[in-house]
Amino acid sequence: MQSALRGVAPADSSPVLRLEHATKAFGAVQALVDGSIELWPGEVHGLVGENGAGKSTLVKMLAGVHQPDSGRLVLAGKDVTLPSPAAARDAGIAVIYQEPVLFADLTVAENVFMGRQPLRSGRRIDMRAMVKKVEELLGELGVRLDPGRIARGLSIADQQVVEITKALSLDARVIVMDEPTAALSAFEADRLFAVIETLRQRGTAILFISHRIEEILAICQRVTAMRDGRHVLTEPAGTMTPDDIVRAMVGRSLVQRDEGERPRPGSPVLSVERMTREGVFVDVSFEVRSGEIVALAGLVGAGRSEVARAIFGVDRYDAGSVVVEGARLRRGSPPAAMAAGIGYVPEDRRQQGLVIEMATSTNIALASLGELRRFGFVRRAAERRFATDWSARLQVKYSRIGHPVSTLSGGNQQKVVLAKWLARKPRLLIVDEPTRGIDIATKNEVHRLLLELADEGVAVLMISSELPEVLRIADRILVMREGRLVKSLPSAEADEETVMAAATGQLAASGS
Amino acid sequence: MLAVIATLVLGTSVSSQYLSSYNVLSLGLSNGEIAIMCLPLALIIITGEIDLSITSTLALSSSLLGYLWLHHWPMPGIILTVLVLGGVLGAVNGLLVTRLGLPSLAVTIGTLTLYAGVAEIVLGSTIVSNFPSTYTTIGVTGFPHTDISYSAVFFVVLAAVFGLVLHGTKLGRSIFAVGLNAEAALYSGIRVKRVKTGLFVVSGIVSAFAGVLYTFRLNTAEYDNGSGLILSVVAIVLLGGVSIFGGKGSLLGVFLAVLVFAGLQNAILLTSFPQDATGIVTGGLLLVAILLQGGALVEKLGRMSVRAKASRT
Repeated sequence: MQSALRGVAPADSSPVLRLEHATKAFGAVQALVDGSIELWPGEVHGLVGENGAGKSTLVKMLAGVHQPDSGRLVLAGKDVTLPSPAAARDAGIAVIYQEPVLFADLTVAENVFMGRQPLRSGRRIDMRAMVKKVEELLGELGVRLDPGRIARGLSIADQQVVEITKALSLDARVIVMDEPTAALSAFEADRLFAVIETLRQRGTAILFISHRIEEILAICQRVTAMRDGRHVLTEPAGTMTPDDIVRAMVGRSLVQRDEGERPRPGSPVLSVERMTREGVFVDVSFEVRSGEIVALAGLVGAGRSEVARAIFGVDRYDAGSVVVEGARLRRGSPPAAMAAGIGYVPEDRRQQGLVIEMATSTNIALASLGELRRFGFVRRAAERRFATDWSARLQVKYSRIGHPVSTLSGGNQQKVVLAKWLARKPRLLIVDEPTRGIDIATKNEVHRLLLELADEGVAVLMISSELPEVLRIADRILVMREGRLVKSLPSAEADEETVMAAATGQLAASGS
Repeated sequence: MLAVIATLVLGTSVSSQYLSSYNVLSLGLSNGEIAIMCLPLALIIITGEIDLSITSTLALSSSLLGYLWLHHWPMPGIILTVLVLGGVLGAVNGLLVTRLGLPSLAVTIGTLTLYAGVAEIVLGSTIVSNFPSTYTTIGVTGFPHTDISYSAVFFVVLAAVFGLVLHGTKLGRSIFAVGLNAEAALYSGIRVKRVKTGLFVVSGIVSAFAGVLYTFRLNTAEYDNGSGLILSVVAIVLLGGVSIFGGKGSLLGVFLAVLVFAGLQNAILLTSFPQDATGIVTGGLLLVAILLQGGALVEKLGRMSVRAKASRT
């Protein structure tokens, strides 16, 4: 690591922050196995990794939100613990999130000095001193912004500037920026980079997280890559190519595809034609055939779930059409989508997939009540039998089927959502992040289940941020980036690097 | 459920004979309209919304009834028109809430005043009380062959219908699902907006019907009929164990709460308390209902703050 730093920091300085071999588990999920990072004063340090590589967990440790299970954190040569966000702030660490949360009805200056307003006699807030100080700080950053204006209506870029000003006013030695450019225009991003450069020259250490590799290479002195919760490498940015970074993020080891004979896909079940939702996704067209598993890959925020929700009718779309088995689907109506044979296992199972306070049995039957009625009344016994039957098929483990579904483990809750939709015998099943946050055994069961469904002729559209999962079970991979379908490739021709390159916009690197 | 048990204890301890047939009759006399309006309100509160405009719908219905009678419409036609009006008033609430996404608390506070204002314009200071005795006797004589008042009979029948719908049908299941988690309900193919709008319409029709009963029982159509009753209705529904946050409640609980409320009011009438004490009963009941839901309230606030924290990080 020391060698990588040559030419970055003066020989007599020392790292301002060092995180060594930090680990963190949430229940059974090991989010961080080896979180290590070292930041020097006057350094912009890029952090890259796929979704779920452990970047956010690492950031939250530095922010004092999570505490490491093991490992050490050294600040300016001293071992420290950060039990709370306030402790992190006092230690000189500031975190700028993608979308800052400001007090909308207060002024820029009041936001900067929230909770530590300068006072004058009689414990009154010294508004004039506050505005003057903020003006100075903004001047240092080279940003034009009126300290007296109300925060409401500020662009996200300006909100970030307010947060950065706040960090400056706190004399932060380390500023962590978690995907600050994700919601910025190119122009705004350039302004942010100028601010970052100013900060760097002042001697601040900046940890810069981004999915945009070209940005990382343009503004960072060093780059750290993470994968599967581990530190993979730290290198000077000048010595790396975009290809090197992608490879470090996805790893060399390619997951083996299950090489069972898959039947040829049948006729199209779903045809999406030039579907557009303004500001969200543009001109999306694709087909899913009977017996085929199609994966929508891409980074979080690329518009994949939004496409799925528009197909199912939870969201509306502005142009284009959705055709299911030859019949055009009415937009904006989940009941119409269900009648056409679509099932949808949504991304957030606790908030969207389940009514978490209702019984397991009620949840399984909730989308099938129409078939469980006699003379208009839901037959309780039939409902219970139905639920018991379907949870047995999916091997859902519960203590009492009448107990709230919240008492089940995450994996079993996911199986309940799957049961709820499989019970409707869908022609097209959309699964959005079907294995997020569940243990490996259940994950395998879910994969096997999806493959079996495809064998039975169901068309499956899967959204997943886990590339190994996509490569393992999909027949075809569609890659989305910034609201557009940018690549479609049979999984036989896909590997993690080509998919990741398409998802991050490094198409040239993969030769297409 | 706790609320229901406490309700019974409360009821019996205050008035040992509050279930006697005389009291059931007077329940119909003094509270029939309130009782009837509790039913749709309970369903609306279970979906997580509220309808505070129902007593103004009652007043406007009563005013229109009087106005049309003065203009020599046939009574069956008047009643039909009034019920349609109720449905329209409910639809206005429902569409404002579901299509414009406004909070029902604010919307129906607004229409509470608005509908009352329209009622005043329709009838002004006129008081209509020359209704035919075929209709006005419903407030005096009992249902044929019984001592039970018409209002009470209507209440019991409607309560049975609402109970069956809420606890036995797909619609009822949808109402609970919407109240517990509207997003998950939407993702399960439940037409959340249609369910809510429909309930507001039903609430309007039932309130208009209550307005008709009220007018005939007192043989008076007046623009401020029923004003001030809204808090009693809300208090009864909450006392019946319906969660003010939606998703929880039973029609049986509301039914028992109606009986307790009637029993308490009767107790006041039978004792030497001043008549004004009814206000104390309503207020007290509302507080008791909130206290009984206190646990749920604390839990809910806790969950909200956890969620707020989660979304901040």
